[in-house]
Amino acid sequence: MSKKITIEPVTRVEGHGKVTIHLDDKNNVDYTRLHIVEFRGFERFIQGRPYWEAPVLVQRLCGICPVSHHLAAAKALDVLVGAGTGDGLTATGEKMRRLMHYGQMFQSHSLHFFHLASPDLLFGIDADPAIRNVIGVALEHKELAVQGVMMRKFGQEIIRATAGKKIHGTGAIPGGINKHLSQKEKTSFIKGADPLNIDKMVEWSQEALAFFKDYYTKNQSFIDDFAAFPSSHMSLVRKDGALDLYHGVLRAVDADGKKILDDVDYQDYEEYIEEEVRSWTYMKFPYLKHLGKEKGWYRVGPLARMNTCDFIPTPLAQTELEEFRALTNGKPNQHCLHYHYARLIETLHSAEVMRDLLHDPDLMKGDLTVTGTKVNKGVGVIEAPRGTLFHHYEINDHDQITRANLIVSTTNNNEPMNKSVNQVAHSWMDGQPEITEPMMNAVEVAIRAYDPCLSCATHALGQMPLEISLYDANENLLDTKRT
Amino acid sequence: MKKAEKITFKIDEKTCYAWPGQSIVDAARDNGIYIPSLCHVEGLKPAGSCRICNVTVNGRNMTACTAPVGEGMVVENDTPELNELRKTIVEVLFVSGNHFCPSCEKSGNCELQAVAYRYQMMVPQFPYEFPVKGVDARPDLILHDRNRCIMCKRCVRGIEKDGKAVFSFEGRGGEHLQISMDIDLASQLSEEEAFEAMEICPVGAILKKERGFAIPIGERKFDKAPIGSEIENSVEQD
Repeated sequence: MSKKITIEPVTRVEGHGKVTIHLDDKNNVDYTRLHIVEFRGFERFIQGRPYWEAPVLVQRLCGICPVSHHLAAAKALDVLVGAGTGDGLTATGEKMRRLMHYGQMFQSHSLHFFHLASPDLLFGIDADPAIRNVIGVALEHKELAVQGVMMRKFGQEIIRATAGKKIHGTGAIPGGINKHLSQKEKTSFIKGADPLNIDKMVEWSQEALAFFKDYYTKNQSFIDDFAAFPSSHMSLVRKDGALDLYHGVLRAVDADGKKILDDVDYQDYEEYIEEEVRSWTYMKFPYLKHLGKEKGWYRVGPLARMNTCDFIPTPLAQTELEEFRALTNGKPNQHCLHYHYARLIETLHSAEVMRDLLHDPDLMKGDLTVTGTKVNKGVGVIEAPRGTLFHHYEINDHDQITRANLIVSTTNNNEPMNKSVNQVAHSWMDGQPEITEPMMNAVEVAIRAYDPCLSCATHALGQMPLEISLYDANENLLDTKRT
Repeated sequence: MKKAEKITFKIDEKTCYAWPGQSIVDAARDNGIYIPSLCHVEGLKPAGSCRICNVTVNGRNMTACTAPVGEGMVVENDTPELNELRKTIVEVLFVSGNHFCPSCEKSGNCELQAVAYRYQMMVPQFPYEFPVKGVDARPDLILHDRNRCIMCKRCVRGIEKDGKAVFSFEGRGGEHLQISMDIDLASQLSEEEAFEAMEICPVGAILKKERGFAIPIGERKFDKAPIGSEIENSVEQD
């Protein structure tokens, strides 16, 4: 008799969703779905609000990387107030925002690797769930757990110094920023007592990478084979092709590395990207219009960025990128679990960028904002920790928002996450007489690699766990995992 | 004027002095004592509409902004009963409007929020009303969000253009009552007048457009010290 499995909630991700796995009469996987079941609303209830409220209001859809939404919205409003399309801010305005963003990238990646992903690596997918969690990491690998906490703290302090608060600040305003970095703040980040100084953060980022590479050496076939499949990849890149997480042009490459979106201006994103709605999930499926729904889907996030950029403009991370690329002979890396590897390269890059910026005198003086001629539409795009994030606002003549469209990083990864779930379900569950907890966790490990933020993806309010369900062919619920 | 011409009275056991005709709330301020008030602004005719300045005089509660000081008056102000009453009033004001501090640009400069912090409001005990009274953004320089209005009438009494009131009550009677903005007059406000209009509103109902979050967290009015502390820290008058 065929079955349907539900994993609900999927754990150690940000957001609430569930996975359903349908088995046929022979216990082979028939089809799978990652459902995002949170209520959607920000695009609607921001209508009628004054435009300058958007960066502060919309960032509330997430508590992990609100800076991404804060800055993407502010970048869209820069366009609205006539402050250029990403290159018109004052040096102070742009550099303070960059510092905020790279601080956020650093804290978010640290959170994900140390708190959410490391339990699977340290204890194994099939370990007892009672220890396969962040508490288990703290008990068994205290040093690693402390590093994770302190790296996150450093990133959060950078955000506080640039945005005013560690979570949900107000620093980025239309046309610039509302504060300088103080001498006291600068000194604390550069010369603070160990470990809370930037040099230690660079060192620890290197150690985290070394830890992962050591794990990879010992478990190469598992890391390489787990949910690997060819796909296209998309991200912003700087105009010269460098990795740039704050601003750039849109680039996408196919599975062979050929450009399928050639460094286009994101103000015109609607010409290139469309979203498909499917009835069983609140999360949409974006795709490149010219390739269609079947072939136009792509991956975003750290792995995609390693595949789209030509180089990384900081030396330590560039060296790591070269080693990373050698693994696939320069071709796009399609290994799902290499997201972790790429994420740690970006963590190191973020630390290097912060170190350079903290010595920049523009942070402490100079004009904060610029203004120009107002227009009624603006698009802001940023590389959030989880991938490319689009904010699009339109206003009426009275400064009220009439339309908002958000395409969130996790939304961009919807199709690849579904494919990863499907692949893992097939390889771990096909023909098995019994569906075990480790098999279900393997599905979650695949989802977790993308570091999805399901609340962001559906612009939700409220609680956010994730679950997996098992159903038979007659749609009878057989088992549910909600850990 | 000589000291002998002042009235002597007491607030919470402290001997205070006031000019004849001075309201309790103004006299308290001059004596370094904070009595909370949302609807009262020095220089405007008292309205007694927010009720948060309630004090007890000779066993009876009265609004300190409308009651004049009398010779020998004994005023109770900072008592557990009155402070609980004030907190309850703040809770009612919060649930009556859409006061979403996290995304409100008046946060940190908002007197309602500041009073809520001062009286340690945690979770409102009354159900939210979530009013839908609309936002009027037609004037070039100011925006009127009726959903945040606490009906204090400070704008009705204090914002004028060429001697005419820009704001007034409309729809008197129950839930229909709201503040109306004269679009023609509001559209004529200068930059300075628009800023003053925003300043006179104790909450985020009247905003100077495009000012937004220009003041960073840490430098806003109530970031450094609670509301009322400027009065309590002022030099005590003789």
